[in-house]
Amino acid sequence: MTHPAVSSIPELDVARPLVTLKNVSKSFGPVQVIHDVTLHVRPGQVQVLLGENGAGKSTLIKMIAGVHQPDSGQLLIDGRPAVLSGTRAAEAHGIVTIHQELNLVGNMTVAENITLGRMPRRLGLLDRSAMRRTARDALSRVGLDVDVDTPLGALGIAQQQLVEIAKALSVDARVLILDEPTAALTAHETETLFDVMQELRSKGVGMLFISHHLEEIAEIGDTVCVLRDGGFVAEVPATEDEGELVRLMVGRSIAEKFPSRQRSQNAENLLQVVGLGSRGKFKDVSFTVRSGEIFGIAGLIGAGRTELLRAIAGADPHDHGTVTVRGTALPSGNIAAAVRAGVGHVPEDRKAQGLVLDASVGDNLGYATLRSTARFGLVDAGGQHRRAREIAERLRIRMHHLGQPIRSLSGGNQQKAVFGRWIMAGSSVLLLDEPTRGVDVGAKVEIYELMNAITAAGGAVVMVSSELPEVLGMSDRILVMRDGEVAGILASDHADQDIIMNLAARDTAEPALNQA
Amino acid sequence: MSIATLSRNTSPGVTARKLLAENGALLGLLALALTLFLITPDFLSGPNLLNIGIRVSTVAVLAFGMTFVIVAGGIDLSVGSVAALSAVVSAYLFATAGSPGLVSLLAGLLTGGVAGAVNGVAASYGRLPAFIATLAMLSVARGLTLVISDGRPIKTAPDVSFLGGSFGPIPTPILVMVVAGIVAWFILNRTVLGRSMYATGGNAEAARLSGLPVRRITVVVFALSGLFAALAGLLLAGRLDSAQPQAAVGYELDAIAAVVIGGASLAGGAGRISGTLVGALVLVVIRNGLNLLNVSSFWQQVVIGLVIALAVGIDVMRRKTRS
Repeated sequence: MTHPAVSSIPELDVARPLVTLKNVSKSFGPVQVIHDVTLHVRPGQVQVLLGENGAGKSTLIKMIAGVHQPDSGQLLIDGRPAVLSGTRAAEAHGIVTIHQELNLVGNMTVAENITLGRMPRRLGLLDRSAMRRTARDALSRVGLDVDVDTPLGALGIAQQQLVEIAKALSVDARVLILDEPTAALTAHETETLFDVMQELRSKGVGMLFISHHLEEIAEIGDTVCVLRDGGFVAEVPATEDEGELVRLMVGRSIAEKFPSRQRSQNAENLLQVVGLGSRGKFKDVSFTVRSGEIFGIAGLIGAGRTELLRAIAGADPHDHGTVTVRGTALPSGNIAAAVRAGVGHVPEDRKAQGLVLDASVGDNLGYATLRSTARFGLVDAGGQHRRAREIAERLRIRMHHLGQPIRSLSGGNQQKAVFGRWIMAGSSVLLLDEPTRGVDVGAKVEIYELMNAITAAGGAVVMVSSELPEVLGMSDRILVMRDGEVAGILASDHADQDIIMNLAARDTAEPALNQA
Repeated sequence: MSIATLSRNTSPGVTARKLLAENGALLGLLALALTLFLITPDFLSGPNLLNIGIRVSTVAVLAFGMTFVIVAGGIDLSVGSVAALSAVVSAYLFATAGSPGLVSLLAGLLTGGVAGAVNGVAASYGRLPAFIATLAMLSVARGLTLVISDGRPIKTAPDVSFLGGSFGPIPTPILVMVVAGIVAWFILNRTVLGRSMYATGGNAEAARLSGLPVRRITVVVFALSGLFAALAGLLLAGRLDSAQPQAAVGYELDAIAAVVIGGASLAGGAGRISGTLVGALVLVVIRNGLNLLNVSSFWQQVVIGLVIALAVGIDVMRRKTRS
């Protein structure tokens, strides 16, 4: 489905932007983060903000949202200079931000979260029915069908994000800033979001949209403002060719989005999963992955992909079936045994599950080898440091030095560090859950090259991903899950997005395609 | 962003602020000592410094054990009770059951270790929040102390009393504290167990998914806390030559305060033995100074409470500016 690229309401003054940052610059201490950038958000139009991690996108949107003030240059709202003292001042102007890191309270219900800060009252007491009505109305605008009394923590990440968006929409924003909203959404949920954005477009709302997914830009954007290293590169129409956008962003062309792979002919079975099942999560899953293979796992959110991967990794116990690595059966729910057998697990949420944010880059790289390289219970500090430095160089992790806290690295470099931990451990079976989520284009390609290097050396990769182009571009074979069961296993040469989506979302009980 | 841009972050202002943030407690202690010396020169006299040294040894040993727990992301409210229990068990075995002195000393240490392990099992395999598990142990251990001692002080074994004596001119408690500190430092910095504590406290799930045995680590961490508590309890009893059933009441709060003043985060993942020692010194020096100034002990408690609030407040601000 394509969305019309330009607003069709003639009386809207498309010439005058709702918000303009004009020749702004910003430094934090000695580091200049933004240098002479001009950015417009026009009514009824979607301005896409594009740039690698560290290009300054976050800082720019924070200036519009009132969190930071520019050191030089001007912020214009409705053509008039304005100074925003904080987010409340921005909200008073109708500027609302949907954050990448969700701003929701897990213990409270959906209705409470949506009306947070403006809960309706009657006679001094909370008017819960008005609250529920407001919440239901907001949810319907994003197409989310959930009981408004559900505690937010009970919903998955994608649904929580839709609630965040519903919350912002219900306060009638004039300018909506969306910071990577589609990072955790499936294709279907993204379409819903774009439908909502289209509705807002026709109401004259101006939107600023940040995303790393180039194919989305053409679909929903009107114009694209490209940043590189804190400087303005160009503003181009959203119909611009993808390769050109990448060139503008990165300063060089990335020859292929998915680096070419040699499809391996090797026969050794590295990973064998037979009849694996976990009550309530998934059942009867069987597949084999050979040395040199990339095995993709696709499916909708809730299909059981992450649960399956975690069971193989030993992170969760399973009730039925076996997992065998190179002929050695792994005991259920035993991470240490899996690690010893050569399994490495890069989890879905790197901040909550993959990294110790306050610890150094070096420490994070070393967790999987801390015990195995120890002598008499003492840490092999010198060896760990040396190995960590080698891996950081090999993976091109951008940092000052190994001792800096890993939270200061960009998302892509943090993700490479989690990979690096398992490379240091010599893992031969890598289980990846959404390996390039929240990672910029340059780092994505580096991660793909890493996956290729591992398989070229004889390892195997099992990859859960919601990005179908990634699944199709990188995998040798693809398993599609639906409602906790295997809907089909295909060779990627025989697959395309439609075939996979049909398997992932089919209602009728037809015999599954099985061409592996 | 290019590496060149990233490396520009070392202006003198930033470095100075960083130094201050990391060593704030030490600078505070030195400022405190200087102020007290200016007010009452007696503060830096030999006898007074020895007094401080002896008093700080109990708090410090307790706090070293607490450092493990807090770094690993937990908290141990039972250390005061466990200290008293260990001393009473040790004294009971000597006085009533006639065990040799050394055995009763070791039995006391074992008591602490076992009590700590129970805490650890409850907090890890039992999935109780550490706060609740150790709160329960606080009561249970104190109760057992009263049961065993029948509410009366028991004379300690000579091996324990020795801990309260002197090694030549140096009071033994200070030596014990130094040795305990070195051992604690070594565990935390050089062993796999110690580095695993930081990982567990920083992000237990990430540690677990990396293959670290988080539940086992938790049990050992609490067992160590219990062990150090037992040592502190024996030190205390050694100084008095008797194990008191009501000894060390409330000492867990001093231990926690010392660790936090020393720069650890109650959320886990950060903390150092050197910091804990400084924190313990700050607490003891304040009390000592107020004593020299003849301030009533009731007001002393108010002051200590305010100092703890200030230290934690500074720590919270420091973390906010960092992230």
